[in-house]
Amino acid sequence: MARVAVNVVIKPEILDPQGKAILAAFGRTGHQGVTSVRQGKHFELEVDDSVSDADLEEIAASVLANPVIENWTVHRLEDTDDEAFVAEASSTEAADA
Amino acid sequence: MTARIGVITFPGTLDDGDAARAARYAGAEAVPLWHADADLRGVDGVLVPGGFSYGDYLRAGAIAAQAPVMRSVIDAAAGGLPVLGICNGFQVLCEAGLLPGALTRNAGLKFLCRDQRLRIENAGTVWTSGYADGAEILIPMKNAEGRFVATEDELDRIEGDGLVVMRYVGDGHGQGNPNGSMRDIAAIGNPAGNVVGLMPHPEHAIDALTGPGTDGLAMFTAVVQAISGPVGASV
Repeated sequence: MARVAVNVVIKPEILDPQGKAILAAFGRTGHQGVTSVRQGKHFELEVDDSVSDADLEEIAASVLANPVIENWTVHRLEDTDDEAFVAEASSTEAADA
Repeated sequence: MTARIGVITFPGTLDDGDAARAARYAGAEAVPLWHADADLRGVDGVLVPGGFSYGDYLRAGAIAAQAPVMRSVIDAAAGGLPVLGICNGFQVLCEAGLLPGALTRNAGLKFLCRDQRLRIENAGTVWTSGYADGAEILIPMKNAEGRFVATEDELDRIEGDGLVVMRYVGDGHGQGNPNGSMRDIAAIGNPAGNVVGLMPHPEHAIDALTGPGTDGLAMFTAVVQAISGPVGASV
């Protein structure tokens, strides 16, 4: 068994009105210094050993993301408990950015 | 022969009733098709109606595009079966890969409901042959995720191949591009012209009693004539 995180974000060239609305809210909440927000989706999958990296890429590209408008990343997160899992996913995504 | 037009119902479909009514107004028999049943029941054309299939979970139309009935529609469309996707149905056809591009959240983030003026850009599809190129029509639109997007290269290809079927037009109150759709695109088709998708609702404009006019009816009569007529019967 393995745990997998798939993160999906709208491509940079595609307008993200939800991200813009969140950015505007930071102006009202007093959180200074945020210059851009892009809203995406985070999926957590549990897969058995029959699922290969190629299978995961296929799952992400054909179902979880729409390649016309979205980019995605796939991370295997084996042997992590729930808290570590979320932290790992967050830090990995930050490292990618 | 009476044309038989299939109308798909997914969980969360809202406009299958009006779509079936439009088919009947055009002289066709409306045949109900169920999302979980791959059998197209020998229909001569298919309407993929509006609504919120599967609650718009994941992305609008994404889950419906994987439904058994859609796998059959994809195969039949390759063989020339006329297929029209309206609103959520347009989203389903894009997610299914039958049409290029994608539909995303409206630029203003609002759910928009209004009568919308459109210009016919391609009267050569099986669904728009009842209009003249350049004709303007007025039909309702109602959606929150109707902003058509694609890459600039893809948009150039869509335009170059004549796949833009309708554009948002007008500059008066309630007119013009309502949602930030790229190049004002409201409807697109496939190269063969048998598959068309549009965000506004022609099936709500077939009777002056229940819509802004009857401008939408020609989409349904056109396909019925193509099916029933001795010339151009491609299915």
